[in-house]
Amino acid sequence: MSDLSPTRSPESNMDDSRSEADAVSMPLIAPLAAEQQSVSIETREVVFDLKDINVYYGTALALEGVTMQIYKNVITAMIGPSGCGKSTFVRSLNRMNDSIPGFRLTGNALYHGNDIYASSVDPVEVRRRIGMVFQKPNPFPKSIYDNVAWAPRILGMRSGLDERVEQALRGAALWDEVKDRLKRSALGLSGGQQQRLCIARSIAIEPDVLLLDEPASALDPIATASIEELMHQLKRDYTLVIVTHNMQQAARVAERTAFFSLEVSEGKRTGVLVEYDDTTKIFTRPSDKRTEDYVTGRFG
Amino acid sequence: MSAIDHTGPLTATGNLRRRQRVDRTMRALATGAAIFAVAILVIVIYSIAQRGASQLSIGFLTKNPTTTINGTGGGIKNAIIGSGLIVAVATAMALPLGVLIAIYLTEFSTPRMAAPIRLALDLLNGLPSIVIGVFVFGLIVLSSGETGFAGSFALSIIMLPLIARNTAESLTLVPKDLRDASHALGISRWRTTTGVVIPSALSGILTGTVLAIARAAGETAPLLLTTSLFNPNATSFNIFGTSLPNIPLDIFNLSESGGAANQASAWGAALVLMAFILVGSLSARAMLARSRRMMSR
Amino acid sequence: MRRHFGDRFGDGVLFGLTVLASLVAMALIVAIIYQVINGASLAVSTYGLSFLGHTTWNPVTNTYGAGSFIYGTLVTSGGALLLAAPLGIAIGLYLSLLASRRVGAVIGPLVELLAAIPSVILGLWGIVILGPFLRSSIESALHSALGWIPLFGQASLTGLGLFTAILILTIMALPIIASITRDLFLSVAPELKDGALALGVTRWEMVRGVVLSSTRPGIASACILGLSRALGEAIAVLQVIGGGSQSLIHGNLFANGDTLASRIASQILDNVTKLQTPSVFYLALILLVIELIVNLAARWIVHHYRLPDQAAT
Repeated sequence: MSDLSPTRSPESNMDDSRSEADAVSMPLIAPLAAEQQSVSIETREVVFDLKDINVYYGTALALEGVTMQIYKNVITAMIGPSGCGKSTFVRSLNRMNDSIPGFRLTGNALYHGNDIYASSVDPVEVRRRIGMVFQKPNPFPKSIYDNVAWAPRILGMRSGLDERVEQALRGAALWDEVKDRLKRSALGLSGGQQQRLCIARSIAIEPDVLLLDEPASALDPIATASIEELMHQLKRDYTLVIVTHNMQQAARVAERTAFFSLEVSEGKRTGVLVEYDDTTKIFTRPSDKRTEDYVTGRFG
Repeated sequence: MSAIDHTGPLTATGNLRRRQRVDRTMRALATGAAIFAVAILVIVIYSIAQRGASQLSIGFLTKNPTTTINGTGGGIKNAIIGSGLIVAVATAMALPLGVLIAIYLTEFSTPRMAAPIRLALDLLNGLPSIVIGVFVFGLIVLSSGETGFAGSFALSIIMLPLIARNTAESLTLVPKDLRDASHALGISRWRTTTGVVIPSALSGILTGTVLAIARAAGETAPLLLTTSLFNPNATSFNIFGTSLPNIPLDIFNLSESGGAANQASAWGAALVLMAFILVGSLSARAMLARSRRMMSR
Repeated sequence: MRRHFGDRFGDGVLFGLTVLASLVAMALIVAIIYQVINGASLAVSTYGLSFLGHTTWNPVTNTYGAGSFIYGTLVTSGGALLLAAPLGIAIGLYLSLLASRRVGAVIGPLVELLAAIPSVILGLWGIVILGPFLRSSIESALHSALGWIPLFGQASLTGLGLFTAILILTIMALPIIASITRDLFLSVAPELKDGALALGVTRWEMVRGVVLSSTRPGIASACILGLSRALGEAIAVLQVIGGGSQSLIHGNLFANGDTLASRIASQILDNVTKLQTPSVFYLALILLVIELIVNLAARWIVHHYRLPDQAAT
């Protein structure tokens, strides 16, 4: 809990569906999370080592030449204007794009040294290790308990299932709110609770990485705050990658930030990685003009 | 929680190998089911085409049947004419009624009023055609005998819910802006409906009608109860006075009577009917695809 | 001023006509029910409910009863449902979740075309091709392998009988179940499917845990509509089921049987005794009641179990 920003009070026990957006004033540029981090990034273990990644949809090049390393137990944020390919990029990391017709990826995408797109790879195994939380909370139309217990059951983690469910719900800071109604439908929860349930569901199978694709964009400020707070706790056990269109959010939660931009040439729109660095640096001393324009609000 | 090694090769670990086998099996079964259905279609169509083609000739379409010692020969001209008349009159009754119901459902009714009408259409659609045949048999045939018209009447009841539902669906696809614009110009409701809404939904209405015709053309049970006592070897145009020969009953009678010549004629008639239905369904499908593209543009 | 009157008049006429047409649709249902009850009244007053249990139908001896046909209807439609439901659901899954868009765009319409084949043609095919094939290759094999089960009795001589009827009805119910379930599975939110796949489950596990479990009422209703199609089919069944005037209640699938719909078709034009036509109407009344119950049940299931949250998320 040491890396929580002091301006935020714990709201996890509130019913955030009833909160009003303007009831809370969010700190605009919050105390930068990265400032609290002083461990040198270079000494950390590399989880994703990505070299020259190109993503195509059919013949269209959606994302060009992305090279970056993502570190263990660090929150890495992907920011940029909409359509810049940041979601596409993150969904490529656990092969969620496989089912999209025409999707193709070139380049070298290594996860713990293993090529994610090698022909011998089982995409189901990839997703089992690299979980994902989506923009819109998407709990299954099952009970709260079954939402969390479903995947562990299938994956053969049957022993101690009740404890596993409790652990996961505690891990997602949801246990106290739902422990008395585990058998009730998950769809009765508020939006913020649903999203934390989706996080609980993901961590119940003990993944290595959690990809969060704009996890708070459908939520109100209080629910957003509790998700952000949760992310700080989760990074002790997991490597987190968050896509966000909200720069302040990136500044609040991430230690590393990647800025993606959209290059338009001859009518073709291609996403590129402009700059990737410590979050503090991206927001205070960006080395690229495009990043500076974006973070200072002159663009997007 | 126990630590799991995440750094190993990304091949199946734990129980995944077994689960992938189950997955592959289930996929294969689902694919197999689809192949099975398509295979049945291919086999049936092939049987019809192969056995019917040997019968097909100009004479088969332009001559009336002749009864010989070996069974029925000649053509099915009178049945083609009869089927055409029966279905045409059925369409003439069902189409305006169905379109009017659709207009009521989409342009006038409140959801409260629409519910019983939709229920009635659903029930009509769910009734077996034989029961509709029994209804018309009791209503018309018992008192005034079989006529081609009684058959048309029965078929129109079968067509009605299909036309009404398809038309209502295409009317709801007409953008509300179009109606609003027309109303804003001070144009009355009926002029808007007949001049703007119906024309822009025309291809949808046409599609629904063609599908209903394709369905009605193959219906046999209602015709068996309403227009089956005809002279098999003569042509009749008197739809209100006599039973009319028709293709479905020709196929039915020939298939039931046995004998190689009869069965051969049955396959010939089946090919004619199937070709008509296939052309109808496929062109309706093509129209639908085209109008969807236009709408979504 | 005149145009104004004309418009109001036109509006009134259009409204009146549409209301009238809608009333006709509702009146038709009432008229059909009334007509069938009316036609059956003599038989109903003569036999009462014992008609349902009486198993022989012989105009020559003036005995009429629906028992054999109710039994035959249940056996053939139930058998068809047993085969068509898993096949149809599997096809629905294939078309909605497995097939590529291009393959699905070809196979989907082909499966629907199966429903466009007129029943009389399917019946002809049953008599000439399927029946003889079953007799020579399937029935005797099933009998010698599984003959200790009463269902697989002595093979038929003609290839006609309950078993052939079940298969023909399966072909008829199959495209209905397949196309309804396909649309149903396509309507499951893609977020739910993604959410499941992101947990490291296989596609089939996703289907079972998320797609099938969240669409159960719709699947049930699709199967009921397929059943409804099978229950009411008269002509194709008449062509392949064999029939007979003796009691047709037996366990042998390969022997003759008859259904309500098929017996109506074969008997309505005969009038050997005064009670025959009313008895046929009585059969129609039983069939009508069954079909109304079945169709209303399908509607009720969908409306009653529609998950209010599914639209909300």
